[in-house]
Amino acid sequence: MDKNNLNNIPKDLFVPLVRKEDTSEKISAPSRTFFQDAKRTLFNNKPAVFSMILILFIIIMSIVGPWMNNYGSDEQDLKRAKMPPRVPALENVSWLGMDGTLSGTFQGKDVQQATAKANARFDNKEEFIDLEVINKGDGTRNSAEVKATYRIYEAKDMKDTYFWFGSDALGRDQWTRLWEGTRVSLIIAFVAALLDLAIGVSYGGISAFYGGRVDNIMQRIAEILVGIPNLVIILLMMLVLKPGIISIVIALSITGWIGMSRIVRGEVLKLKNQEFVLASRTLGTSNGTIIRKHLVPNISGIIIINTMFSVPGAIFFEAFLSFIGLGIVPPDASLGSLIDLGFDNLRLYPYMLVFPAIVISVLMIAFNIVGDGLRDAFDPKMHK
Amino acid sequence: MTRYLLRRVWYMLITLFIIATFSFFLMKILPGSPLQAEDKLSEEQKEIILEKYGLNDPIPVQYAKYLGGLVKGDLGVSFKFDNTPVTTILFDRIGPSALLGFQALVIGSILGIFLGLMASIYRNSPIDFSSTIIAVIGTSIPSFVFAGLLQYVFAVKLGWFPVALWGTSAHTILPTIALAIHPMATAARFTRTEMVEVLHSNYIITARAKGVAESGIILKHGLRNALIPLITVLGPMAVGLMTGSMVIEQIFAIPGIGEQFVTSVMVNDYPTIMGTTLLFAFGFIVIILIIDLLYGLIDPRIRLAGGK
Amino acid sequence: MSKLLEVKDLKVSFNTYNGEVHAVRGVTFDLNKGETLAIVGESGSGKSVTSNAIMRLLPEPHGYIKEGQILLEGVDLAKKTSKEMQKIRGKDISMVFQDPMSSLNPTMKIGYQIMEGLMKHQNMSKTEARKTALELLTLVGIPRPDVRINQYPHQFSGGMRQRVVVAIALACNPKILIADEPTTALDVTIQAQILELMKSIQQKTDSAIIFITHDLGVVANVADRVAVMYAGKIVEIGTVDDIFYNPKHPYTWGLIGSMPTLDSSDEELFAIPGSPPNMLTPPVGDAFAPRNQFALEIDTVMEPPMFKVSDTHYAATWLLHPDAPKIEPPDAVKHRMQGFAQTGTKGGGKR
Repeated sequence: MDKNNLNNIPKDLFVPLVRKEDTSEKISAPSRTFFQDAKRTLFNNKPAVFSMILILFIIIMSIVGPWMNNYGSDEQDLKRAKMPPRVPALENVSWLGMDGTLSGTFQGKDVQQATAKANARFDNKEEFIDLEVINKGDGTRNSAEVKATYRIYEAKDMKDTYFWFGSDALGRDQWTRLWEGTRVSLIIAFVAALLDLAIGVSYGGISAFYGGRVDNIMQRIAEILVGIPNLVIILLMMLVLKPGIISIVIALSITGWIGMSRIVRGEVLKLKNQEFVLASRTLGTSNGTIIRKHLVPNISGIIIINTMFSVPGAIFFEAFLSFIGLGIVPPDASLGSLIDLGFDNLRLYPYMLVFPAIVISVLMIAFNIVGDGLRDAFDPKMHK
Repeated sequence: MTRYLLRRVWYMLITLFIIATFSFFLMKILPGSPLQAEDKLSEEQKEIILEKYGLNDPIPVQYAKYLGGLVKGDLGVSFKFDNTPVTTILFDRIGPSALLGFQALVIGSILGIFLGLMASIYRNSPIDFSSTIIAVIGTSIPSFVFAGLLQYVFAVKLGWFPVALWGTSAHTILPTIALAIHPMATAARFTRTEMVEVLHSNYIITARAKGVAESGIILKHGLRNALIPLITVLGPMAVGLMTGSMVIEQIFAIPGIGEQFVTSVMVNDYPTIMGTTLLFAFGFIVIILIIDLLYGLIDPRIRLAGGK
Repeated sequence: MSKLLEVKDLKVSFNTYNGEVHAVRGVTFDLNKGETLAIVGESGSGKSVTSNAIMRLLPEPHGYIKEGQILLEGVDLAKKTSKEMQKIRGKDISMVFQDPMSSLNPTMKIGYQIMEGLMKHQNMSKTEARKTALELLTLVGIPRPDVRINQYPHQFSGGMRQRVVVAIALACNPKILIADEPTTALDVTIQAQILELMKSIQQKTDSAIIFITHDLGVVANVADRVAVMYAGKIVEIGTVDDIFYNPKHPYTWGLIGSMPTLDSSDEELFAIPGSPPNMLTPPVGDAFAPRNQFALEIDTVMEPPMFKVSDTHYAATWLLHPDAPKIEPPDAVKHRMQGFAQTGTKGGGKR
């Protein structure tokens, strides 16, 4: 060290330090509660936030969507069946496919044959079919190619009618049906998830909290129930019950609670044996208070996460049931039934499938992302 | 170990018993009989048929016969398909389903593990990001939507693969892909999470302190610890495959058990429904049992417990 | 004695969400061949980070060597690439960690975990490596090595596991063995065994040992020299005798004073109040000042340099400045120092 420096220090600094405040035990970082940390982590997670917004948007649409135009969900009009989507503002954006036209490419050994095929397909309304020759052809099979665009709204004298998402095989407005179907699917999913929660938490919680014989018996029963595949039970239940919203909810809840109860039981068992519960007991806290103040806050995270994940499961099962015809019965709509109808018309009228498929996929993806985000948020290790 | 095995087998039997009983009484409640297929029979002929299938006996007797039949492997006869024994129907159909399921499981798992591994090594890089996206989409999009999409794009529009049905190996490709997405996504997610956790373990630090190269750390030290828990996920995956098969087989018109089940549900062919249910339950329980045993064998901590 | 390791003004930081944490703020020390240097300090003093930095095992990407040199026989380890370090770790320097429960790979046989280093660094074949592994197991005192070599970690008790970890560390005859609180997680009796083991091995192999601990009692038993660390810096360094008979830094007094001894009578334990500072914002002046009952005004203004007490003994405290008041260690500490001198042992009471 610099000897000069050392000797130049004023001597009056070498006196005992007079302390102003006791700074030895100061804690320097701000203290935050667990839920504050969790909220922060969640809202920092951009995909999760985006997904939550999407879910909210879809929920809102499912409520107000059908009111946005004048069609009822059940107005059947065969004259207006199978109309493609047509949105006023987007009509001129040709690649979006919302301009109220049907198009396709047709092949033949020459342009004439190809054109003939196009006409056949599109009600032979030649004056409303725009043709574009892609390949003149040379007489060999399928060498000529023609792209035909059918201005179907004009052809059917519906110049002022707009079906935003098109119409289905019976002439019903798809936009209205889509949002009503989404509503039905969401209701089923949420109610089923809540029932799962209620049953699962009670079963698992009681089993774990009382332990001993109670736990033993309850777990044996659960083990046996778990041995039966979900889908099988659901299908069997649907056979017994009349198809409809309530039956689906019941069928879904009968199987869904087991997963939740297992997780809750696991958590409660873990917590029960942890030292802070023991400490609380030695201080004389009652059972009820222990449950309320110690167990519930610690398992609430996992319950929320699990519920978030059971919603897409319920959506899927409902969709599947409706898809195979055991779920929502026509003329009611649900995402599954819409997809089922869409599949039937996939080749010629793909839009009937596209919209419900997008909605259900977005819903399920969004719920999964939010579930993941919540899982991270409630994990103290992920709090930054 | 053997006690554990015995206990599990015992539970298996109880579960099957319950399902069988449940199925039986369900079948009795719901309308439907071997007579469904034929309307133009005389009364006597109908009586003969009913006698033949023991349907005039009192319920307890029928129940006993039913259980007895089960033990012998007799699942009754189908109401719809000209009274073919259910076992025959199932037997014919198990091939495609088994093949499809097996392919999907193997391909899905291997790809998934690989994806998850890459994601964990290159954390927070584009590789991680895209792998996570694939995983999320794979577990989220309903299988029938995805299958339908595959069918539309690759078979109908592009014509690369046959649209439906079964027969050549080309027929298996699209359905396998559709069915494999779920196991793949699950495996990828799981592998990534496990690897990330494993790579933070103390024994990995020890290995680094020994001078083991990074590739050795990941593959030799990390992966084997990360994959062991993956076995526990195989159970739910297998269930998922069963569920998925019903959907996929429907869409691709594959003559498998799943499709059979759905069809028999739609036409109310109760014996077939019950028989298939029992088969599913049986298969499921056996798979879970095998997986539990496998887990015990592979994890040395369980295998050699009490070796101090 | 030749200088095996020279650490010069080492600074290590971590980039965290809240900012840069200055874990090590300028550490300088040497290590000679065959000697045992103990690094003592509280949790958070930076002692483990220092040893991790030497091994270049800092958690990347947020941990990094900010400044300084780590000269192993003249070669600066701080500048080595990760591939180069892989050749050095396990071979020239190896490490024994704190928790034997988790430091061993649970799904790998013990034998393989020992053999791995041998096959890699010394190019042994599997049979040669196995033979050496068996010898090592015997060396560390594991009975029936031929059976044990094929077993898994969970089949060993805690103490035995730690012996295995020592065996792994010694496999390639490293020049330096870094032991990071190797006995903290073990029972006291096992502790003594492991310490004996390390000492006997050191005699045989002549490796240098850096022994990291917060337990002065352990230090007395094993070390030749001691470095006391606080808040990322060495505050006092000297031979074991220097530190135990003639400590000069108030923090060292605190450490010695807070050791319970069997031969002291009815006095209170001399505890150091408060907790170590937050290394996000390193304190100005002497980091120990807030907890130091002997702090001077200058401690809040300037950091004390290392003052020389003897050729072997240095302490960084303003109390050693010629202008500072002459302060004696507190009575409790003095009693212990006398106790050490009398009984000739430096540990906590009679062993």
